[in-house]
Amino acid sequence: MDITFQDVSYIYQPNSPFEFRALEDISFHIPSGSFVAVIGHTGSGKSTLIQHLNGLVRPTNGEVIVGSHSMKAGEKTKDLKDLREKVGVVFQYPEHQLFEENVEKDIGFGPLNFGVKEEEIKRRTREAIQAVQLPEELLDRSPFDLSGGQMRRVAIAGVLAMSPDVLVLDEPTAGLDPRGQREIMEMFHRLHKEKRLTTVLVTHSMEDALRYADHVIILNHGKKFMEGQPKEVFVNEKELREVQLDVPEVIQFLNKLEQRLGKKVPYHGQTITQLAKELAAVVKGREAHE
Amino acid sequence: MSSNMIIGQYVPGNSVIHHLDPRTKITIIFFFVLIVFFANSVMSYGLLTVFSLGSALSTRIPVKYLVKGLTPVWFLILFTFILHLFVTKEGTVLFSILTLDVYSGGLIQGLSLSLRFFLLILVTSLLTLTTTPIAITDAIEDMLGPLKKFRFPVHELALMMSISLRFIPTLMQETEKISKAQASRGVDFKTGPIKDRVKAIVPLLVPLFVSAFKRAEELAMAMEARGYQGGEGRSKLRKLQISRLDIYSFIVFGLVIFGLFLTRS
Amino acid sequence: MQHFIEFRNVSFRYREDHPWVLKNVSFHIGSNEWLAIIGHNGSGKSTIAKLMNGLLLPQTGEIFVDGMPVNENTIWDVRKTVGMVFQNPDNQFVGTTVRDDVAFGMENHGLPREVMLKRIEESLQAVGMSEYERHEPHRLSGGQKQRVAIASVLAVSPELIILDEATAMLDPRGRREIMETIREVQRKRSLSLITITHDLNEVTQADRVIVMNEGETWMEGVPRDIFAQKDALQDIGLDTPFVTKLAAELSGAGLAMQREPLNHQELLEDLWTLHSKM
Repeated sequence: MDITFQDVSYIYQPNSPFEFRALEDISFHIPSGSFVAVIGHTGSGKSTLIQHLNGLVRPTNGEVIVGSHSMKAGEKTKDLKDLREKVGVVFQYPEHQLFEENVEKDIGFGPLNFGVKEEEIKRRTREAIQAVQLPEELLDRSPFDLSGGQMRRVAIAGVLAMSPDVLVLDEPTAGLDPRGQREIMEMFHRLHKEKRLTTVLVTHSMEDALRYADHVIILNHGKKFMEGQPKEVFVNEKELREVQLDVPEVIQFLNKLEQRLGKKVPYHGQTITQLAKELAAVVKGREAHE
Repeated sequence: MSSNMIIGQYVPGNSVIHHLDPRTKITIIFFFVLIVFFANSVMSYGLLTVFSLGSALSTRIPVKYLVKGLTPVWFLILFTFILHLFVTKEGTVLFSILTLDVYSGGLIQGLSLSLRFFLLILVTSLLTLTTTPIAITDAIEDMLGPLKKFRFPVHELALMMSISLRFIPTLMQETEKISKAQASRGVDFKTGPIKDRVKAIVPLLVPLFVSAFKRAEELAMAMEARGYQGGEGRSKLRKLQISRLDIYSFIVFGLVIFGLFLTRS
Repeated sequence: MQHFIEFRNVSFRYREDHPWVLKNVSFHIGSNEWLAIIGHNGSGKSTIAKLMNGLLLPQTGEIFVDGMPVNENTIWDVRKTVGMVFQNPDNQFVGTTVRDDVAFGMENHGLPREVMLKRIEESLQAVGMSEYERHEPHRLSGGQKQRVAIASVLAVSPELIILDEATAMLDPRGRREIMETIREVQRKRSLSLITITHDLNEVTQADRVIVMNEGETWMEGVPRDIFAQKDALQDIGLDTPFVTKLAAELSGAGLAMQREPLNHQELLEDLWTLHSKM
């Protein structure tokens, strides 16, 4: 599903002493099937932005279009339920939403609310638990008996079972160890390709944005600060530092290299092995022949 | 919950009443609640009304805010008035509405009871309006101090209250977060028949309880790691101190009591 | 070096019918030393932290803190010596305001009020939170809450601070704040420091590293030696820093590295040296 923001602003508690502009004149377009990373430090408006995607909040100004659904300031959104079925949101620490007596029921909770037939729910539950790489034996267990990592996966399965077209991920790896983080991100990347999802990832990890996203939107104080392909955006180390954001370590390193050795090795998405070869050539003074 | 409701809300400020020791406020309010029932003449009611309104105005909390905040109470006051107006059958018949006679006694009874009611609510809400919940907790701990001799867990009670106060905003944020997560999974908290809406509470309450227990467990461990071992041998940072202002307040209130008994009929 | 903390053949399990979480663990930490403990979730890292200040007691083996054996009789003294900052910023904030929270530990130890007032000021200053003294916790960011947690620990003037994944729930900015704060604090006051972490760049700054795997001390040494074991670390599911990986690839591409570089600076120096020789 295509996603479009047109001059979207959002104000919390307007006309009160607590008035706060969370988003200001945001416009962008996400074509169906893309993997977009939304980046910005805490308080930059990321959470507010993604809550527009399934109608948890409505714009104060402007218009949000998700597929055939439109949300405009001051207008009631039609078919909110249909929108929520098509846009699955994995919130931060999603394991906090688990509540059913067993894993199977919890995974099936979303589909049940959206009126999916019992047989179909059963099928989807099994598919979802496989997708998150958990054994089917867990279906009968209480979600509260599982380890933290397993609970996270069950919660994610619960969103996948809605079989959404758009998957919104709000820092889905927060609090996991590096191995768990890698596994979860690889899993989302695989699902993104297999199911041809449109994926919106909110993250603090520039490395993840660089590795998985094909488009990056950078927010600062509720405004769009920068947008583009990761390798185009992240080369602007100076500008990003000004809004207190890091760039991926490889780019930091290449920029320092340029300062120290006076040699420019451009980043073009090379692997670390490729990069080492290019570097070796530069250090040996043979870059001209490459 | 309505944000207009002022009972239990603290409004920061810099007035004399804001600066009074919470124990002073609690004591004065306690006795005020008692003496209100002694008022029985126009003069005595007038005195108490002046005292209450004067106190309320001196807090510099906007009158509009106070009036609006007491909205649910206005209804009760009016109800009290009407009830007595029609039920009390003393004195002379003043006039009748439809078939109901209104007696002069009813009018007086209605007026005085609803005024009493109003004064009580106003003065007691001044406590919470001008005192932080934690200061009230400190005052309660201090005033219940003598009960420690009877093994009443005063310290534990106060600690429990202060930790609850500390976690209210955290749990509010959590409630919002979980209800958004469940709404994203198709739960409808806002429309539909009552039965469904009651059912929709379960996916909200269970995670809230689970998380509250987890928080409690972690908090207990953190407290232990920081050397908490009950009230014994503990010192306290928060200190309540009676100042000159408190003494003046007691004098003024003493004069009010004195005046009240002079003006009683 | 005098051993400030010593673990002697410590084993621990939560219940008798549960598997051992720690198996025969021995190590020590000196005064003023910074020790990093790494290992993935479930490797026993956090259990070590909780054993160090008597929140848990081992089934076998002995633990000494500053010469005291840790047991039921000494835990209150041990807890004065060992301060701990936990993972979740919210679930360790006891006070209704910043200053109340900093006071909490001191109140528990019965310090007089004048001392508390002085130390609140000092320790909030040490973590750069002085202007937030009267703030309520829900108006603070995660990083700020963790700085308050550090101040609360400092106020009791411990000799060892344990950060038990204290940066795990923070954004990169918060993480930086905490690490800068703690380095500053360690420099100014003579303190031992134990950081339990997944952040590899944090580990490279420690004096010594212990790698935990399945309840055992799997490797112990200075960061440079630890990260030289790149393949072995990957076998137990641990990552290595970018610089380590790049250095290994550079060796593969025919650049002979003199040492195991730990950070950008070192790698760049090495490359510069090589470059100027060519």
